Amino acid sequence: MSNYFEILRAGINTTFQDNGRKNLYHIGVPFSGAMDQRNFRLANSIIGNKSHFPVIEFAYQGPLIKYNGDEINFVITGDVIFKIIKGDKEIQGNCYENYSIKDGDEIDIISTNKSVYGYLAINGEFDLKLQWGSCSINTKAMIGSNNGEKFKDRQKFEIKKINSNRIVKKMNYINTKIERIRVIKGTNFDYFSDQGKKIFFEKEFTVSKLTDRMGMRLEGPKIENVVNTNIRSEGLIKGVIQVPADGNPIVMLSDHGTIGGYPKIGVVISADYDRLVQLSPGSKIKFQEINLSDAETLFKLYEMETQNLISQL
Amino acid sequence: MIKNISNLGDAALYCDFGDEVNKDINSQVIKYFRSLKERNIEGITNLTPSYNKLIISFDLNKTNFREIKKLIENENVNEIDENFVKKIEIPTCCEDIFALDIKRLESKLSLKREKIYENFFEKEYFCYMTGFIAGMPFLGDLEKNLRLNRLDTPRVKVPKGSVGLTEQFANIYTYESPGGWNIIGNTPSKIFDSSKEKNPNLINPGDTVKFKKISLEEYDNFNE
Repeated sequence: MSNYFEILRAGINTTFQDNGRKNLYHIGVPFSGAMDQRNFRLANSIIGNKSHFPVIEFAYQGPLIKYNGDEINFVITGDVIFKIIKGDKEIQGNCYENYSIKDGDEIDIISTNKSVYGYLAINGEFDLKLQWGSCSINTKAMIGSNNGEKFKDRQKFEIKKINSNRIVKKMNYINTKIERIRVIKGTNFDYFSDQGKKIFFEKEFTVSKLTDRMGMRLEGPKIENVVNTNIRSEGLIKGVIQVPADGNPIVMLSDHGTIGGYPKIGVVISADYDRLVQLSPGSKIKFQEINLSDAETLFKLYEMETQNLISQL
Repeated sequence: MIKNISNLGDAALYCDFGDEVNKDINSQVIKYFRSLKERNIEGITNLTPSYNKLIISFDLNKTNFREIKKLIENENVNEIDENFVKKIEIPTCCEDIFALDIKRLESKLSLKREKIYENFFEKEYFCYMTGFIAGMPFLGDLEKNLRLNRLDTPRVKVPKGSVGLTEQFANIYTYESPGGWNIIGNTPSKIFDSSKEKNPNLINPGDTVKFKKISLEEYDNFNE
Protein backbone atom coordinates (compact mmCIF):
# COMPACT_ATOMS: atom_id res chain seq x y z
CA MET A 1 0.00 0.00 0.00
CA SER A 2 1.76 3.12 -1.11
CA ASN A 3 -0.90 5.81 -0.79
CA TYR A 4 -3.53 5.40 1.88
CA PHE A 5 -5.77 7.02 4.50
CA GLU A 6 -5.29 5.67 8.00
CA ILE A 7 -8.34 6.26 10.19
CA LEU A 8 -7.08 7.29 13.63
CA ARG A 9 -10.60 8.16 14.81
CA ALA A 10 -13.57 6.96 12.80
CA GLY A 11 -16.11 9.61 13.83
CA ILE A 12 -19.79 8.97 14.46
CA ASN A 13 -21.08 7.77 11.11
CA THR A 14 -18.42 7.93 8.44
CA THR A 15 -19.08 6.12 5.16
CA PHE A 16 -18.25 6.15 1.45
CA GLN A 17 -21.04 7.61 -0.67
CA ASP A 18 -21.75 8.50 -4.29
CA ASN A 19 -24.92 9.15 -6.28
CA GLY A 20 -26.59 5.93 -5.12
CA ARG A 21 -28.10 2.80 -6.67
CA LYS A 22 -30.85 2.82 -9.24
CA ASN A 23 -33.46 0.26 -10.21
CA LEU A 24 -33.27 -1.96 -7.13
CA TYR A 25 -36.29 -0.82 -5.10
CA HIS A 26 -38.30 -3.78 -6.43
CA ILE A 27 -35.96 -6.21 -4.69
CA GLY A 28 -35.80 -4.18 -1.47
CA VAL A 29 -32.51 -2.34 -1.94
CA PRO A 30 -32.67 1.38 -1.09
CA PHE A 31 -31.27 4.20 -3.21
CA SER A 32 -28.72 5.43 -0.62
CA GLY A 33 -25.98 7.77 -1.91
CA ALA A 34 -24.75 11.05 -0.40
CA MET A 35 -27.51 12.58 1.74
CA ASP A 36 -26.78 16.13 0.59
CA GLN A 37 -26.28 15.65 -3.13
CA ARG A 38 -25.34 19.28 -3.78
CA ASN A 39 -22.45 19.29 -1.35
CA PHE A 40 -21.35 15.89 -2.67
CA ARG A 41 -21.26 17.21 -6.24
CA LEU A 42 -19.51 20.43 -5.22
CA ALA A 43 -16.79 18.43 -3.46
CA ASN A 44 -16.05 16.44 -6.60
CA SER A 45 -16.22 19.51 -8.84
CA ILE A 46 -13.78 21.59 -6.79
CA ILE A 47 -11.25 18.77 -6.79
CA GLY A 48 -11.74 18.23 -10.54
CA ASN A 49 -13.32 14.77 -10.35
CA LYS A 50 -16.25 13.47 -12.31
CA SER A 51 -19.40 14.38 -10.40
CA HIS A 52 -20.26 10.82 -9.28
CA PHE A 53 -16.90 9.80 -7.75
CA PRO A 54 -17.00 8.17 -4.30
CA VAL A 55 -16.37 10.59 -1.43
CA ILE A 56 -16.22 10.27 2.34
CA GLU A 57 -19.41 11.36 4.09
CA PHE A 58 -19.38 12.09 7.81
CA ALA A 59 -22.04 13.16 10.28
CA TYR A 60 -21.63 15.40 13.36
CA GLN A 61 -18.14 14.40 14.51
CA GLY A 62 -15.94 13.47 11.53
CA PRO A 63 -12.86 11.27 11.26
CA LEU A 64 -9.24 11.99 12.17
CA ILE A 65 -7.25 10.80 9.18
CA LYS A 66 -3.52 10.29 8.81
CA TYR A 67 -2.28 10.42 5.25
CA ASN A 68 0.51 8.18 4.01
CA GLY A 69 1.93 8.53 0.50
CA ASP A 70 2.64 10.94 -2.33
CA GLU A 71 1.32 14.49 -2.28
CA ILE A 72 -2.46 14.66 -2.76
CA ASN A 73 -5.19 17.30 -2.66
CA PHE A 74 -8.43 17.24 -0.74
CA VAL A 75 -11.46 19.44 -0.20
CA ILE A 76 -14.20 19.44 2.42
CA THR A 77 -17.72 20.70 1.71
CA GLY A 78 -20.65 21.44 3.98
CA ASP A 79 -20.50 23.55 7.11
CA VAL A 80 -17.58 21.86 8.81
CA ILE A 81 -14.95 22.73 11.41
CA PHE A 82 -11.63 21.01 10.66
CA LYS A 83 -7.90 21.45 10.87
CA ILE A 84 -4.86 20.15 9.04
CA ILE A 85 -1.90 19.00 11.09
CA LYS A 86 1.49 19.14 9.41
CA GLY A 87 4.09 18.10 11.96
CA ASP A 88 3.85 20.64 14.78
CA LYS A 89 1.98 23.13 12.57
CA GLU A 90 -1.82 23.34 12.65
CA ILE A 91 -3.88 25.03 9.94
CA GLN A 92 -7.51 25.96 10.49
CA GLY A 93 -9.36 24.59 7.43
CA ASN A 94 -11.95 26.34 5.28
CA CYS A 95 -14.70 24.46 3.45
CA TYR A 96 -14.76 24.68 -0.36
CA GLU A 97 -11.01 25.30 -0.40
CA ASN A 98 -8.33 22.95 -1.68
CA TYR A 99 -5.48 21.75 0.49
CA SER A 100 -2.43 19.76 -0.41
CA ILE A 101 -1.17 17.14 2.06
CA LYS A 102 1.98 15.04 2.19
CA ASP A 103 3.10 11.84 3.85
CA GLY A 104 2.38 11.96 7.60
CA ASP A 105 -0.02 14.92 7.51
CA GLU A 106 -3.35 14.63 9.32
CA ILE A 107 -6.87 15.90 8.68
CA ASP A 108 -8.89 16.35 11.86
CA ILE A 109 -12.58 16.79 11.09
CA ILE A 110 -13.76 18.10 14.43
CA SER A 111 -17.47 18.54 13.73
CA THR A 112 -20.17 19.80 11.46
CA ASN A 113 -21.33 23.24 12.50
CA LYS A 114 -25.09 23.37 13.30
CA SER A 115 -25.64 20.90 10.45
CA VAL A 116 -25.35 17.15 9.99
CA TYR A 117 -23.38 16.00 6.94
CA GLY A 118 -20.05 16.96 5.43
CA TYR A 119 -18.02 15.56 2.54
CA LEU A 120 -14.34 14.94 1.87
CA ALA A 121 -13.14 14.41 -1.70
CA ILE A 122 -9.61 13.76 -2.97
CA ASN A 123 -8.13 14.14 -6.44
CA GLY A 124 -7.76 10.41 -6.57
CA GLU A 125 -9.62 7.14 -6.45
CA PHE A 126 -10.09 5.02 -3.38
CA ASP A 127 -9.67 1.31 -3.99
CA LEU A 128 -13.27 0.31 -3.38
CA LYS A 129 -15.36 -2.69 -4.22
CA LEU A 130 -18.62 -1.45 -5.69
CA GLN A 131 -21.92 -3.21 -5.13
CA TRP A 132 -24.52 -2.90 -7.87
CA GLY A 133 -22.54 -0.11 -9.44
CA SER A 134 -22.21 2.03 -6.32
CA CYS A 135 -19.87 2.35 -3.34
CA SER A 136 -22.63 3.79 -1.13
CA ILE A 137 -22.62 2.18 2.29
CA ASN A 138 -25.95 1.34 3.88
CA THR A 139 -25.01 0.17 7.37
CA LYS A 140 -28.48 -1.14 8.27
CA ALA A 141 -28.72 -3.37 5.19
CA MET A 142 -24.94 -4.08 5.18
CA ILE A 143 -24.67 -3.05 1.56
CA GLY A 144 -21.83 -1.25 -0.23
CA SER A 145 -18.06 -0.84 0.06
CA ASN A 146 -16.24 -1.72 3.30
CA ASN A 147 -18.64 -4.71 3.69
CA GLY A 148 -21.49 -2.29 4.19
CA GLU A 149 -20.01 -1.05 7.47
CA LYS A 150 -19.19 2.44 8.69
CA PHE A 151 -15.52 3.37 9.20
CA LYS A 152 -13.80 1.86 12.23
CA ASP A 153 -10.76 3.11 14.14
CA ARG A 154 -7.42 2.00 12.65
CA GLN A 155 -8.86 1.02 9.27
CA LYS A 156 -6.78 1.81 6.20
CA PHE A 157 -8.18 2.82 2.83
CA GLU A 158 -5.91 2.54 -0.16
CA ILE A 159 -5.87 5.18 -2.85
CA LYS A 160 -5.22 3.30 -6.07
CA LYS A 161 -4.67 6.34 -8.26
CA ILE A 162 -3.88 10.03 -7.78
CA ASN A 163 -5.21 12.11 -10.64
CA SER A 164 -3.59 15.26 -11.97
CA ASN A 165 -6.86 17.12 -12.11
CA ARG A 166 -7.41 20.76 -12.90
CA ILE A 167 -7.81 21.81 -9.32
CA VAL A 168 -9.55 25.02 -8.36
CA LYS A 169 -8.27 26.86 -5.35
CA LYS A 170 -11.61 27.69 -3.83
CA MET A 171 -15.28 28.34 -4.32
CA ASN A 172 -17.39 30.95 -2.61
CA TYR A 173 -20.44 29.25 -1.27
CA ILE A 174 -22.34 29.48 1.98
CA ASN A 175 -24.91 26.89 2.99
CA THR A 176 -28.23 28.46 3.82
CA LYS A 177 -30.55 27.22 6.53
CA ILE A 178 -34.04 26.15 5.69
CA GLU A 179 -36.91 26.50 8.13
CA ARG A 180 -39.90 26.07 5.86
CA ILE A 181 -39.92 22.73 4.11
CA ARG A 182 -42.11 22.74 1.05
CA VAL A 183 -44.35 19.73 0.66
CA ILE A 184 -46.73 18.31 -1.95
CA LYS A 185 -49.80 16.65 -0.44
CA GLY A 186 -49.44 12.89 -0.12
CA THR A 187 -51.66 10.14 -1.48
CA ASN A 188 -53.33 9.63 1.94
CA PHE A 189 -53.72 13.29 2.84
CA ASP A 190 -57.45 12.79 3.39
CA TYR A 191 -56.85 10.14 6.03
CA PHE A 192 -56.23 12.98 8.49
CA SER A 193 -58.74 15.12 10.35
CA ASP A 194 -59.25 18.77 9.35
CA GLN A 195 -57.54 19.68 12.58
CA GLY A 196 -54.67 17.26 11.76
CA LYS A 197 -54.17 18.78 8.30
CA LYS A 198 -54.14 22.25 9.83
CA ILE A 199 -51.58 21.23 12.43
CA PHE A 200 -49.38 19.71 9.73
CA PHE A 201 -49.14 22.92 7.72
CA GLU A 202 -49.28 25.47 10.54
CA LYS A 203 -47.49 24.15 13.59
CA GLU A 204 -43.83 23.81 14.34
CA PHE A 205 -42.11 20.41 14.54
CA THR A 206 -38.83 19.50 16.18
CA VAL A 207 -36.28 17.14 14.61
CA SER A 208 -35.86 14.26 17.08
CA LYS A 209 -32.66 12.54 18.16
CA LEU A 210 -33.96 9.35 16.56
CA THR A 211 -32.95 10.61 13.14
CA ASP A 212 -30.49 8.81 10.90
CA ARG A 213 -29.83 8.08 7.22
CA MET A 214 -33.07 6.05 7.05
CA GLY A 215 -35.49 8.57 8.40
CA MET A 216 -36.09 11.83 10.21
CA ARG A 217 -38.48 11.55 13.12
CA LEU A 218 -40.36 14.69 14.09
CA GLU A 219 -42.00 15.67 17.34
CA GLY A 220 -44.80 18.14 17.79
CA PRO A 221 -48.57 18.28 18.14
CA LYS A 222 -50.11 14.93 17.17
CA ILE A 223 -51.69 14.59 13.73
CA GLU A 224 -54.99 12.79 14.08
CA ASN A 225 -55.91 10.04 11.61
CA VAL A 226 -59.66 9.55 11.05
CA VAL A 227 -59.59 6.77 8.43
CA ASN A 228 -56.98 4.09 9.15
CA THR A 229 -53.54 4.20 10.72
CA ASN A 230 -52.39 1.41 8.37
CA ILE A 231 -52.50 1.11 4.60
CA ARG A 232 -51.65 -1.85 2.37
CA SER A 233 -47.86 -1.91 2.21
CA GLU A 234 -46.66 -0.06 -0.86
CA GLY A 235 -43.57 1.62 -2.29
CA LEU A 236 -41.78 4.53 -0.65
CA ILE A 237 -39.49 7.20 -2.05
CA LYS A 238 -37.17 9.59 -0.29
CA GLY A 239 -38.95 12.62 1.08
CA VAL A 240 -42.23 10.80 1.78
CA ILE A 241 -43.72 11.82 5.13
CA GLN A 242 -45.51 8.95 6.85
CA VAL A 243 -47.63 9.35 9.96
CA PRO A 244 -47.93 6.17 12.06
CA ALA A 245 -50.57 5.59 14.72
CA ASP A 246 -48.75 7.71 17.31
CA GLY A 247 -49.37 10.84 15.19
CA ASN A 248 -45.70 11.84 14.85
CA PRO A 249 -44.48 12.32 11.27
CA ILE A 250 -41.43 10.48 9.91
CA VAL A 251 -39.67 11.69 6.75
CA MET A 252 -38.12 8.91 4.65
CA LEU A 253 -34.46 9.63 3.92
CA SER A 254 -31.94 8.09 1.50
CA ASP A 255 -31.52 4.67 3.22
CA HIS A 256 -35.27 4.15 3.82
CA GLY A 257 -36.93 0.72 3.61
CA THR A 258 -38.41 0.27 0.14
CA ILE A 259 -42.00 -0.39 1.21
CA GLY A 260 -44.09 0.74 4.11
CA GLY A 261 -47.59 0.61 5.47
CA TYR A 262 -48.23 3.96 7.13
CA PRO A 263 -50.37 6.70 5.55
CA LYS A 264 -48.49 9.30 3.51
CA ILE A 265 -49.48 12.84 4.46
CA GLY A 266 -47.01 14.56 2.14
CA VAL A 267 -43.77 14.47 0.16
CA VAL A 268 -40.88 16.93 0.56
CA ILE A 269 -40.09 18.58 -2.78
CA SER A 270 -36.82 17.62 -4.47
CA ALA A 271 -35.48 21.19 -4.27
CA ASP A 272 -35.63 21.17 -0.45
CA TYR A 273 -34.25 17.69 0.25
CA ASP A 274 -30.51 18.55 0.52
CA ARG A 275 -31.21 21.26 3.08
CA LEU A 276 -33.76 19.18 4.98
CA VAL A 277 -31.21 16.44 5.73
CA GLN A 278 -28.82 19.04 7.15
CA LEU A 279 -31.23 19.89 10.00
CA SER A 280 -29.77 18.55 13.22
CA PRO A 281 -31.81 17.17 16.14
CA GLY A 282 -33.51 19.97 18.03
CA SER A 283 -34.04 22.10 14.88
CA LYS A 284 -37.51 23.56 14.42
CA ILE A 285 -39.28 23.26 11.09
CA LYS A 286 -42.61 24.11 9.50
CA PHE A 287 -44.19 22.56 6.43
CA GLN A 288 -45.62 24.64 3.62
CA GLU A 289 -47.95 23.34 0.94
CA ILE A 290 -46.95 23.74 -2.69
CA ASN A 291 -48.31 22.43 -5.99
CA LEU A 292 -46.53 20.16 -8.46
CA SER A 293 -45.72 22.75 -11.11
CA ASP A 294 -44.21 25.19 -8.59
CA ALA A 295 -42.18 22.32 -7.13
CA GLU A 296 -40.86 21.50 -10.61
CA THR A 297 -39.88 25.13 -11.20
CA LEU A 298 -38.14 25.31 -7.84
CA PHE A 299 -36.16 22.17 -8.66
CA LYS A 300 -35.05 23.67 -12.00
CA LEU A 301 -33.88 26.80 -10.19
CA TYR A 302 -32.09 24.76 -7.53
CA GLU A 303 -30.37 22.66 -10.18
CA MET A 304 -29.42 25.76 -12.18
CA GLU A 305 -27.88 27.26 -9.06
CA THR A 306 -25.77 24.12 -8.55
CA GLN A 307 -24.72 24.15 -12.21
CA ASN A 308 -23.78 27.83 -11.98
CA LEU A 309 -21.60 27.17 -8.96
CA ILE A 310 -19.85 24.36 -10.83
CA SER A 311 -19.44 26.29 -14.08
CA GLN A 312 -17.84 29.25 -12.28
CA LEU A 313 -14.96 26.99 -11.30
CA MET B 1 -55.81 -2.07 -15.44
CA ILE B 2 -54.64 1.12 -13.79
CA LYS B 3 -57.58 2.80 -12.03
CA ASN B 4 -55.87 6.07 -11.29
CA ILE B 5 -52.53 7.77 -11.82
CA SER B 6 -51.40 10.57 -9.52
CA ASN B 7 -48.13 12.17 -8.51
CA LEU B 8 -46.26 11.15 -5.39
CA GLY B 9 -44.25 14.28 -4.73
CA ASP B 10 -42.52 15.83 -7.75
CA ALA B 11 -40.37 12.86 -8.76
CA ALA B 12 -42.65 9.82 -8.73
CA LEU B 13 -45.81 8.49 -10.32
CA TYR B 14 -48.35 6.59 -8.22
CA CYS B 15 -50.36 4.00 -10.16
CA ASP B 16 -53.37 2.64 -8.30
CA PHE B 17 -54.77 -0.68 -9.51
CA GLY B 18 -57.68 -0.82 -7.04
CA ASP B 19 -58.30 -1.34 -3.34
CA GLU B 20 -58.48 -5.12 -3.28
CA VAL B 21 -55.53 -7.39 -2.71
CA ASN B 22 -55.83 -10.46 -4.86
CA LYS B 23 -53.82 -12.35 -7.41
CA ASP B 24 -55.61 -10.83 -10.42
CA ILE B 25 -54.94 -7.24 -9.41
CA ASN B 26 -51.38 -8.05 -8.37
CA SER B 27 -50.75 -9.82 -11.70
CA GLN B 28 -51.71 -6.59 -13.47
CA VAL B 29 -49.20 -4.67 -11.35
CA ILE B 30 -46.50 -7.22 -12.14
CA LYS B 31 -47.33 -7.12 -15.85
CA TYR B 32 -46.77 -3.35 -15.95
CA PHE B 33 -43.67 -3.66 -13.81
CA ARG B 34 -42.04 -6.30 -16.04
CA SER B 35 -43.03 -4.56 -19.24
CA LEU B 36 -41.59 -1.20 -18.14
CA LYS B 37 -38.50 -2.78 -16.67
CA GLU B 38 -37.71 -4.53 -19.92
CA ARG B 39 -37.97 -1.28 -21.86
CA ASN B 40 -35.35 0.33 -19.65
CA ILE B 41 -36.79 3.82 -20.10
CA GLU B 42 -34.36 6.74 -19.84
CA GLY B 43 -35.08 8.84 -16.77
CA ILE B 44 -36.90 6.16 -14.78
CA THR B 45 -34.82 5.42 -11.68
CA ASN B 46 -36.99 2.87 -9.88
CA LEU B 47 -40.11 0.75 -10.23
CA THR B 48 -41.71 -0.46 -7.01
CA PRO B 49 -44.55 -2.95 -7.44
CA SER B 50 -46.62 -3.85 -4.39
CA TYR B 51 -49.93 -5.67 -3.82
CA ASN B 52 -52.08 -3.21 -5.75
CA LYS B 53 -49.85 -0.23 -6.54
CA LEU B 54 -46.90 0.56 -8.77
CA ILE B 55 -44.65 3.48 -7.95
CA ILE B 56 -42.42 4.82 -10.70
CA SER B 57 -39.60 7.09 -9.55
CA PHE B 58 -37.82 9.28 -12.05
CA ASP B 59 -34.92 11.69 -12.37
CA LEU B 60 -36.35 15.20 -12.40
CA ASN B 61 -33.32 16.35 -14.39
CA LYS B 62 -34.31 14.10 -17.27
CA THR B 63 -38.09 13.94 -17.30
CA ASN B 64 -41.20 14.92 -15.33
CA PHE B 65 -44.61 13.73 -14.15
CA ARG B 66 -46.50 14.69 -17.33
CA GLU B 67 -44.07 12.90 -19.63
CA ILE B 68 -44.01 9.68 -17.62
CA LYS B 69 -47.79 9.75 -17.16
CA LYS B 70 -48.30 9.99 -20.92
CA LEU B 71 -45.87 7.18 -21.45
CA ILE B 72 -47.66 4.92 -18.97
CA GLU B 73 -51.07 5.71 -20.42
CA ASN B 74 -49.85 4.69 -23.86
CA GLU B 75 -47.93 1.65 -22.66
CA ASN B 76 -48.84 -1.60 -24.37
CA VAL B 77 -48.13 -4.07 -21.63
CA ASN B 78 -46.74 -7.39 -22.72
CA GLU B 79 -48.40 -10.53 -21.53
CA ILE B 80 -46.27 -12.24 -18.92
CA ASP B 81 -43.94 -14.73 -20.51
CA GLU B 82 -44.66 -17.86 -18.48
CA ASN B 83 -41.00 -18.85 -18.87
CA PHE B 84 -40.13 -16.03 -16.52
CA VAL B 85 -42.35 -17.40 -13.80
CA LYS B 86 -40.32 -19.70 -11.62
CA LYS B 87 -41.58 -22.41 -9.30
CA ILE B 88 -39.38 -22.48 -6.23
CA GLU B 89 -39.16 -24.98 -3.42
CA ILE B 90 -38.11 -23.67 -0.02
CA PRO B 91 -36.85 -26.27 2.46
CA THR B 92 -38.06 -25.31 5.94
CA CYS B 93 -37.26 -26.76 9.32
CA CYS B 94 -39.92 -26.36 12.01
CA GLU B 95 -38.10 -27.67 15.07
CA ASP B 96 -38.81 -25.77 18.30
CA ILE B 97 -35.55 -23.83 18.14
CA PHE B 98 -36.79 -22.18 14.90
CA ALA B 99 -40.57 -22.08 15.45
CA LEU B 100 -40.47 -19.10 17.78
CA ASP B 101 -44.20 -18.36 17.71
CA ILE B 102 -45.79 -21.77 17.16
CA LYS B 103 -47.22 -21.81 20.69
CA ARG B 104 -48.82 -18.41 20.16
CA LEU B 105 -50.33 -19.62 16.88
CA GLU B 106 -51.63 -22.82 18.52
CA SER B 107 -53.42 -20.89 21.22
CA LYS B 108 -54.64 -17.91 19.15
CA LEU B 109 -55.83 -20.04 16.21
CA SER B 110 -57.04 -22.91 18.44
CA LEU B 111 -55.23 -25.38 16.21
CA LYS B 112 -52.70 -28.11 16.97
CA ARG B 113 -49.28 -27.52 15.47
CA GLU B 114 -49.59 -30.64 13.31
CA LYS B 115 -52.64 -29.12 11.67
CA ILE B 116 -50.98 -25.72 11.25
CA TYR B 117 -48.02 -27.29 9.48
CA GLU B 118 -50.17 -29.60 7.41
CA ASN B 119 -52.18 -26.67 6.07
CA PHE B 120 -49.11 -24.50 5.60
CA PHE B 121 -47.06 -27.04 3.66
CA GLU B 122 -49.78 -28.32 1.35
CA LYS B 123 -50.38 -24.99 -0.35
CA GLU B 124 -48.58 -23.30 -3.22
CA TYR B 125 -47.99 -19.58 -2.70
CA PHE B 126 -47.79 -16.64 -5.07
CA CYS B 127 -45.17 -13.90 -4.65
CA TYR B 128 -46.98 -10.56 -4.55
CA MET B 129 -43.93 -8.40 -4.00
CA THR B 130 -40.44 -8.29 -2.56
CA GLY B 131 -38.95 -5.61 -0.38
CA PHE B 132 -39.04 -3.84 2.97
CA ILE B 133 -35.66 -5.48 3.49
CA ALA B 134 -33.63 -6.74 0.53
CA GLY B 135 -35.15 -9.79 -1.09
CA MET B 136 -37.96 -10.39 1.43
CA PRO B 137 -40.85 -12.06 -0.43
CA PHE B 138 -44.51 -11.45 0.47
CA LEU B 139 -46.28 -14.72 -0.32
CA GLY B 140 -49.99 -15.41 -0.40
CA ASP B 141 -52.55 -16.57 0.28
CA LEU B 142 -52.57 -18.49 3.52
CA GLU B 143 -55.51 -20.73 4.34
CA LYS B 144 -58.12 -18.72 6.24
CA ASN B 145 -57.60 -20.75 9.44
CA LEU B 146 -53.90 -19.71 9.61
CA ARG B 147 -54.44 -15.96 9.51
CA LEU B 148 -53.29 -13.96 12.52
CA ASN B 149 -52.13 -10.42 13.24
CA ARG B 150 -48.55 -9.37 13.85
CA LEU B 151 -47.04 -9.73 17.32
CA ASP B 152 -48.19 -6.94 19.66
CA THR B 153 -44.60 -5.96 20.21
CA PRO B 154 -42.26 -6.66 17.30
CA ARG B 155 -39.04 -8.56 17.96
CA VAL B 156 -35.88 -6.49 17.93
CA LYS B 157 -34.11 -9.31 16.09
CA VAL B 158 -35.72 -11.94 13.93
CA PRO B 159 -33.10 -14.54 12.90
CA LYS B 160 -32.04 -14.79 9.27
CA GLY B 161 -34.01 -17.41 7.33
CA SER B 162 -37.08 -17.18 9.57
CA VAL B 163 -40.38 -18.05 7.91
CA GLY B 164 -43.20 -15.89 9.27
CA LEU B 165 -46.95 -15.54 8.96
CA THR B 166 -49.18 -12.48 9.20
CA GLU B 167 -52.74 -12.07 7.96
CA GLN B 168 -53.01 -13.69 4.53
CA PHE B 169 -49.25 -13.73 3.89
CA ALA B 170 -46.07 -15.67 4.58
CA ASN B 171 -42.62 -14.11 4.35
CA ILE B 172 -38.96 -15.01 4.76
CA TYR B 173 -36.44 -12.84 6.63
CA THR B 174 -33.48 -12.61 4.26
CA TYR B 175 -31.23 -11.33 7.02
CA GLU B 176 -31.49 -10.61 10.74
CA SER B 177 -33.85 -7.69 11.15
CA PRO B 178 -36.49 -6.30 13.49
CA GLY B 179 -39.95 -7.65 12.73
CA GLY B 180 -43.33 -8.68 14.06
CA TRP B 181 -44.37 -11.70 12.00
CA ASN B 182 -45.30 -15.01 13.67
CA ILE B 183 -42.29 -17.26 13.12
CA ILE B 184 -43.02 -20.92 12.39
CA GLY B 185 -39.70 -22.20 11.02
CA ASN B 186 -36.42 -21.43 9.32
CA THR B 187 -34.96 -22.11 5.89
CA PRO B 188 -31.27 -22.80 5.20
CA SER B 189 -31.84 -21.63 1.61
CA LYS B 190 -30.17 -18.40 0.48
CA ILE B 191 -33.11 -16.17 -0.42
CA PHE B 192 -31.01 -13.07 -1.11
CA ASP B 193 -27.42 -13.25 -2.35
CA SER B 194 -25.82 -9.82 -2.21
CA SER B 195 -22.69 -11.10 -3.96
CA LYS B 196 -24.66 -11.52 -7.18
CA GLU B 197 -24.51 -8.54 -9.51
CA LYS B 198 -27.54 -9.84 -11.39
CA ASN B 199 -30.68 -11.33 -9.87
CA PRO B 200 -29.66 -11.42 -6.19
CA ASN B 201 -33.27 -12.40 -5.38
CA LEU B 202 -34.21 -16.06 -5.38
CA ILE B 203 -37.93 -15.22 -5.41
CA ASN B 204 -39.44 -12.47 -7.58
CA PRO B 205 -42.95 -11.02 -7.89
CA GLY B 206 -45.10 -13.43 -9.89
CA ASP B 207 -43.13 -16.56 -8.92
CA THR B 208 -44.76 -19.45 -7.09
CA VAL B 209 -43.33 -20.96 -3.93
CA LYS B 210 -43.87 -24.25 -2.18
CA PHE B 211 -42.42 -24.86 1.27
CA LYS B 212 -41.00 -28.33 1.98
CA LYS B 213 -40.65 -29.61 5.52
CA ILE B 214 -37.15 -30.81 6.42
CA SER B 215 -35.61 -32.33 9.55
CA LEU B 216 -32.98 -30.69 11.72
CA GLU B 217 -30.41 -33.08 10.26
CA GLU B 218 -31.32 -32.09 6.72
CA TYR B 219 -31.19 -28.46 7.79
CA ASP B 220 -27.68 -28.82 9.23
CA ASN B 221 -26.41 -30.69 6.18
CA PHE B 222 -28.08 -28.38 3.68
CA ASN B 223 -25.84 -27.46 0.79
CA GLU B 224 -26.91 -25.37 -2.16
